[in-house]
Amino acid sequence: MKGGLVVVAATAAVAVAPLVASTYHVLLMLPFMAYAVVLLGLNLLFGYAGLVSFGHALFVGIGAYTGAFLTSHGKIRSLEVILVAAAALGALVAVPVAALCVRYVKIYFGMLTLAFGMVFYTFVLKFYRLTGGDEGTPFLRPSLLGRSLDAMPKIDYLVGPYYYYSLAVLILAALGMWRIVHSPFGLCLKTIRDNPVKAETLGIGVTRYRFFAFVISAIYAAVGGALLGPPTGNVDPTLAYWTHSGNLVFMTLLGGFASFFGPVVGAFVFIYLQNWVMSIVPYWRLIFGAMLAVIVILAPEGLMGLVTRRRPAPASRA
Amino acid sequence: MTAHVVNVLLSGVFHASILFLVAAGLQVVFGVQKIFNLACGSFYALGAYAGVSAVGWYAGVGGPPALFILPLALAGLAVGAIGIVVERGLLSFVYDRDETFQLLLTFAVVLMMEDAIRLIWGTSPRSTSGLYLTYGQLRLFGAVVPVYNLIVIAASLAIALSIGWLLTRTTFGRIIRATADNREMAEALGVDMRWVYARVFTLGTALGTLGGALVIPATAAMSEMGIELIVEAFAVVVIGGLGSMRGAFVGALVVGVLRSVAISVYPELEMLLIYLIVIGVLVMRPRGLFGGAAA
Repeated sequence: MKGGLVVVAATAAVAVAPLVASTYHVLLMLPFMAYAVVLLGLNLLFGYAGLVSFGHALFVGIGAYTGAFLTSHGKIRSLEVILVAAAALGALVAVPVAALCVRYVKIYFGMLTLAFGMVFYTFVLKFYRLTGGDEGTPFLRPSLLGRSLDAMPKIDYLVGPYYYYSLAVLILAALGMWRIVHSPFGLCLKTIRDNPVKAETLGIGVTRYRFFAFVISAIYAAVGGALLGPPTGNVDPTLAYWTHSGNLVFMTLLGGFASFFGPVVGAFVFIYLQNWVMSIVPYWRLIFGAMLAVIVILAPEGLMGLVTRRRPAPASRA
Repeated sequence: MTAHVVNVLLSGVFHASILFLVAAGLQVVFGVQKIFNLACGSFYALGAYAGVSAVGWYAGVGGPPALFILPLALAGLAVGAIGIVVERGLLSFVYDRDETFQLLLTFAVVLMMEDAIRLIWGTSPRSTSGLYLTYGQLRLFGAVVPVYNLIVIAASLAIALSIGWLLTRTTFGRIIRATADNREMAEALGVDMRWVYARVFTLGTALGTLGGALVIPATAAMSEMGIELIVEAFAVVVIGGLGSMRGAFVGALVVGVLRSVAISVYPELEMLLIYLIVIGVLVMRPRGLFGGAAA
């Protein structure tokens, strides 16, 4: 109950942020919300299925490039259409990739996903005519709910309609993921993570469940990736690079993969901390690398782990 | 025509020699410690920068240009000492954890090293001016080949043979192989794991830094070179089989030569081809060409 109140309060705070916070901070919320969608999906694999993907930037890239393509080559500007197309394309690519990857676990799973991610990266980098190579492809301003907002100044568009649109997508994505992880499907995934052999003997199709978890997480990554485009107005291949995949796992771990909202917290802290550090020294990787090392060694359950550990669990008091 | 083929093949083999060194470092660490070290590319970059600095210093004090390869290789080996710092200071805390955390910890090292290199050497590419052709060029079947390339190829072969000798003929090598096979058993027989892990990781690191140092007369040192090379080294070990030295050797040749051929025939294919092979190998033979059943 208490957790529910915190979530409602946090959502309300995000909703009123454009009214009270500075434009700079409000603009930072946009990548946060996009990454939060990506990470909700990634954590279905990482936290709930126990599979660490080092290639999820592939699907972020697919979502972002879908949007860029539709707006600049296809003359389609509706964000609803873009998000649906990104999800569909993400799923379409994920089906063969997932079918091959989920046959493996642990390090081999991570390596195979990394290899697929790099295939896509080299493809967008090298096929210049199609993708613009390292310069990327422009992501033109999408229309929201059928209304073209081209006349609006860019900042007003981003901190106004686009902000609330992103928030709505994030809330829907979170509600959807909440349903998924609390469904029998989610329970089966956790069983598989904790004991795959036992799950198999209980009649759970381990590979099949991992496959669906992978495809769902890819859809989330593609939708989040499409949301990343409009604020910068351009998508480039670094979105699909392996270090970006690594950063996605980093954010999830930072927030806490064992908690439903951990990845969302991780995205928030990562984005703001990165901006703050970069405003002081250009060497954010040095500081973030050290931070990641400390988290891995001392607090593997991330920030949410630190918060929940302080409160004694009700069960231990009984 | 022959000249072109020889050129493409030899530049492929040169690249393969460097790749082999880095991949061998990756393999020895994975074989013994079961850690996939993402930071081996960063060690490679560190070795490259250290090499540039050492050669620059050497030219500054007026050493004979013909011997520049000595300070170069020594600098590469010397910065390999960072391996013991990373192993004792970071990795030793997570040996009993899930391999995901070990992987992420090496990713943390990747992030730190990239900026540490920028902090020390700046952001612009650094190169050794004109040392590449110190040893002249050689005509081979009509192709003009820098002698330096041949020296590196020979050095890499010699290192491959020494690693083979180290693993099969020395006590340390037997301990390494025993640990790779069965850690608990080796420990029960009185092998101090901390001692083995520290040495193995430092050896793996030094192979990477040496590879980086040897490559820089031929190319410029850039801060991104590490994260770019790791994905190639990764392709090498996957094709060859994780943990296998023979695999690293064959894998490096496959990746090095294929890449060189792809660049000369259809440049867009370059790494795409390599990754498609990697996926093919992972799907068909996840243990790689030389991966043992217990790897």
